[in-house]
Amino acid sequence: MPINVRIPPPLLPVTGGKSEVEATSSNIASLLEELETNYPGMKERLCDEQGELRRFVNIYVNEEDIRFLDGKETKLNEGDEVSIIPAIAGGS
Amino acid sequence: MLHIPQSIIDEMTAHARSLDPVECCGIMAGTTSGENAHVSHIYQIKNGDNSPVSYFMDPKELLWVHKNMRSNQLDLLVIYHSHTHTQAYPSATDVRLAFYPEAHYVIISLEMKDQPNIKAFRIVDGKIDSAELLVVNPSSK
Repeated sequence: MPINVRIPPPLLPVTGGKSEVEATSSNIASLLEELETNYPGMKERLCDEQGELRRFVNIYVNEEDIRFLDGKETKLNEGDEVSIIPAIAGGS
Repeated sequence: MLHIPQSIIDEMTAHARSLDPVECCGIMAGTTSGENAHVSHIYQIKNGDNSPVSYFMDPKELLWVHKNMRSNQLDLLVIYHSHTHTQAYPSATDVRLAFYPEAHYVIISLEMKDQPNIKAFRIVDGKIDSAELLVVNPSSK
């Protein structure tokens, strides 16, 4: 059973409109590479020049924010659900 | 065109007033047909900044809203927030942090407390465009 990755509306152009994609990576760092391989342009949307997750991107594994797990080293298991959600913020 | 029921406009206005001077924020969802977006749901979301000059939607609540929209087959149509001391127009920060080009950005200004001013915009690639907003009265359907 693969990992299920949920793609938010702003990234649908990168996946050709697919709101869910499957992956087989064993942690978040390799998942980011796998997504980039399958959907070129994905990684630069999610990570900065140093390869770190952008501040305004949240990634959840089974509803837990990876920042409160092991960050990019967070392990993935078969059947896990990964959600990518860009922050919504602003100011006057 | 963006269609929002009066009842949802009323709920957003009450949300903005209840938190004033802190900015409120939330999401509206519904369905899209051609050029028309019809709002049917409103989700009030906690402003993690708890600030009169900025908002940051609570990530955990945002995740829940995304799941709820998905399970109800709703599209994210509107990202709304209040400006408690300035006009209903996107700020430079609003534009810099606009990651949802397909959504309408609705701003409710409480600059004039007795007359909330509500405007809708699209923000695409850093460019602001005014959008038409039609308030729908359910009884006139």
